[in-house]
Amino acid sequence: MPVFLLKRLLNAAGVMLAVAFLAFLIFRFVGDPVELMLNEQASQAQRDELRERLGLNKGFVMQFATFVGNAARGDFGISYRNQQEVFTLIAERFPATFELVLVATFLSLAVGIPLGVYTAIRRDSFPAKLLQFVSVLGVSLPSFALGILFILLFSVTLRWLPAFGRGEVVQLGWWSTGFLTSSGRLALILPGITLSLFQITLVMRLVRAEMLETLRADFIRFARARGLPARAVHFRHALRNCLMPVITVTGLQIGNLIAFALVTETVFQWPGMGMLFVQAVTFVDIPVMAAYLIVVSFIFVTLNTLVDLLYAFVDPRLRDDAIAGAANAR
Amino acid sequence: MKTRWLLAAAAALALTGVADAKTLKWGASREIASLDPYSFGETFTLSVLNHVYEGLVRYTGDLKIEPALAESWETVSPTVWRFKLRKGVKFHNGDPFTADDVIASLTRVTDDDSPLKGNLPAYKGAKKIDDYTVDIEVNGPYPLLLNDLTNIYILDKKWMEANNALKPTDSGKGVKGYATDNANGTGPFAIESRRADSKTVFVANKDWWDKPKHNIDRIEFTPITSASTRVAAMLSGEIDFTNVAPLQDLPRLSASSDIKVLQTNELRSVFFAFNLKNALYESDVKDKNPFKDIRVREALYRAIDIDAVQKRAMRGLSRNTGALVAPAIPGYEPSQDERLPFDLDGAKKLLAAAGYPNGFSFQMNCQSDSLVNEEEFCQAVASMWSRAGLKPNLSMGPRSQQTPKRVKGDFDVISFGWANEPMIDAYSLLVQVVRSKSGSGGVFNWGEWGDAKIDALVDKAGVELDNKKRIPMMAEALAIAKKEHLFIPLHQQPMAWAMRNTIASTVQASDNKPRLWLTVMK
Repeated sequence: MPVFLLKRLLNAAGVMLAVAFLAFLIFRFVGDPVELMLNEQASQAQRDELRERLGLNKGFVMQFATFVGNAARGDFGISYRNQQEVFTLIAERFPATFELVLVATFLSLAVGIPLGVYTAIRRDSFPAKLLQFVSVLGVSLPSFALGILFILLFSVTLRWLPAFGRGEVVQLGWWSTGFLTSSGRLALILPGITLSLFQITLVMRLVRAEMLETLRADFIRFARARGLPARAVHFRHALRNCLMPVITVTGLQIGNLIAFALVTETVFQWPGMGMLFVQAVTFVDIPVMAAYLIVVSFIFVTLNTLVDLLYAFVDPRLRDDAIAGAANAR
Repeated sequence: MKTRWLLAAAAALALTGVADAKTLKWGASREIASLDPYSFGETFTLSVLNHVYEGLVRYTGDLKIEPALAESWETVSPTVWRFKLRKGVKFHNGDPFTADDVIASLTRVTDDDSPLKGNLPAYKGAKKIDDYTVDIEVNGPYPLLLNDLTNIYILDKKWMEANNALKPTDSGKGVKGYATDNANGTGPFAIESRRADSKTVFVANKDWWDKPKHNIDRIEFTPITSASTRVAAMLSGEIDFTNVAPLQDLPRLSASSDIKVLQTNELRSVFFAFNLKNALYESDVKDKNPFKDIRVREALYRAIDIDAVQKRAMRGLSRNTGALVAPAIPGYEPSQDERLPFDLDGAKKLLAAAGYPNGFSFQMNCQSDSLVNEEEFCQAVASMWSRAGLKPNLSMGPRSQQTPKRVKGDFDVISFGWANEPMIDAYSLLVQVVRSKSGSGGVFNWGEWGDAKIDALVDKAGVELDNKKRIPMMAEALAIAKKEHLFIPLHQQPMAWAMRNTIASTVQASDNKPRLWLTVMK
């Protein structure tokens, strides 16, 4: 087990280093922040001075080494644009993104699981077929289009829900939450649905497939034969056996949601990490862009590693493979 | 009976002023960089912070310079200006405003690490004469000190000392910015709270030295970067005002009975500039640069059907121009605003006479996210040049990608916009763009389009204190650039604001800066 653990951790560290390098490499070609940071009046001497101050005239290897060394300590430098610490900037925006992702995850489970069960049990009924069809639409409709449609319908025409922003937020230590005010909760609805729609269809299709599989199993037939009510068979016996893969996928999808929140956040002016990234792109704020990529990759890598470790914990065969050096063959 | 009682109650509440607090919700197209006015030399950030901080002088609604924190000024010698400060002014925290604050602010803004140092290029030093008199010394005779000072906001010395903010925020030395998130100015509004990218709240400063022309109690500033979301917020009544109404949505906004669209033209003039180096960057003509021939430049000029550009690419909203600066900019001459007529045959003849009867290819560098409808007008002009027999290669990309190429001179023709801000004077364009690259001049002279006669005039205008002599010098320099067709002027780009009927009136100047202290709500 310790060997396996070490191996997974080294793997994760390797991936992070590669991401850091890619992030850094890409941004070498993004452009020159100096031209965007100074105004029309600045002279050549000031331009050169700023370039020097930002360390842009140092060699590539030097810049990368400094970057990785600092990033490992959680120091992503200072934003070119507003000269605040990048880490603080990201930490400030994280609660907004996280709460949005939380709502989207909750919605995807609360709506996706019942729909999945329904479409599995009544697989031949018209509503179930319609749901299957609509779910294809849900997967293929881009979330920005959906967001704008929602805004047009619920904000402009009906005026029920706010079109942008987080509403009033309450500060709990360094965490800002929108859950505690009514305007904050209202503001979560539209972006939450927009972000969750893809997940809802994913969960629904996953639950449906698993349910269909399980309903064919012997123990279900025995349960039916014993004369248990359909309700008990479906929910207590069948569904419970389907939930493990759903939970795994949901866990892995949280990383995706954080990354893809970027689009939803732009449409709804949601002050989260995605917005921060988009703003950083406009201003060629390289430290912020690099830090964002690394933070999001870090969340991905951590979730994946945790899932791997949990699996290994549950299933000893994986561990034995790892010790035999065949972990990659599975 | 009941209704009457309700009305009376409402009137009573209104009189107390509590229930009648007027809040203006402002949806901007982007966030300001910081609350520190010296942290980022960007016009929009400075214009928002102008509600909180003030300079010694300020622009009126029609862009004339008027006294603000200074009551009057005089030149003691060609290089020393004496400012008499206004008495009885208080900062938002109650500290009185004196000469010490001016000196500390000027020292801070001209610090070597200050990103705004370039906004006060001629500054040499400042001296306190008494509590309400300050002498500012400049490097040499410099006519534009007042223009520059409109954007140098005054901070409270005591407050800066107490919060370790005497120096501008600086990454190199690790100076953390208290002023980044906190503000203490003398302006018409004070910051109540700020959450970056989400909401910044301003409240009216009841002790403002000036007699308020506005009746606003609170401003809620929210950046909404997505244009369609901003329009939706406007239509749904979640914001009262936006200073960037997307052009394609103007008909939709004006169709709503609750919304008024204010549309005019910016100070920013848009033109095409040539690469006048010895060889072209990307062309089938290898041995020489066709653009060095004035006939070729004129041919390109004549081949542009500006009315079609205006109608189709700019949705009828731009102002066609023959001059390189907008009418509101000192140095503008109405006679220079005359354009060469659109003349396709003439253009073909000129090309043939210059030795290119079959045209030649060249690269056009345009940006997708910089000027108003830049992609559209670049495409329109490229097709017009093709019709004249030329082979323009349009290279389109975001600003962050195109700028490094432009700076290096890796282009043949570029689209270019210049607003002459913050100084609002043609000298800005002349010294930064038109003048040959040398010393402090020609920073944006990316295509080596300088001219010795123009350089001489620009240098003379730069030290002439008498506007009656200085402005004709600038006009003459601009006339030479026009005669030589160093640039092809296109238009002043359109700008549009939108406001709900909760706002009774506002002042929209062509510098595109909202001045909410001149705005009245219903």
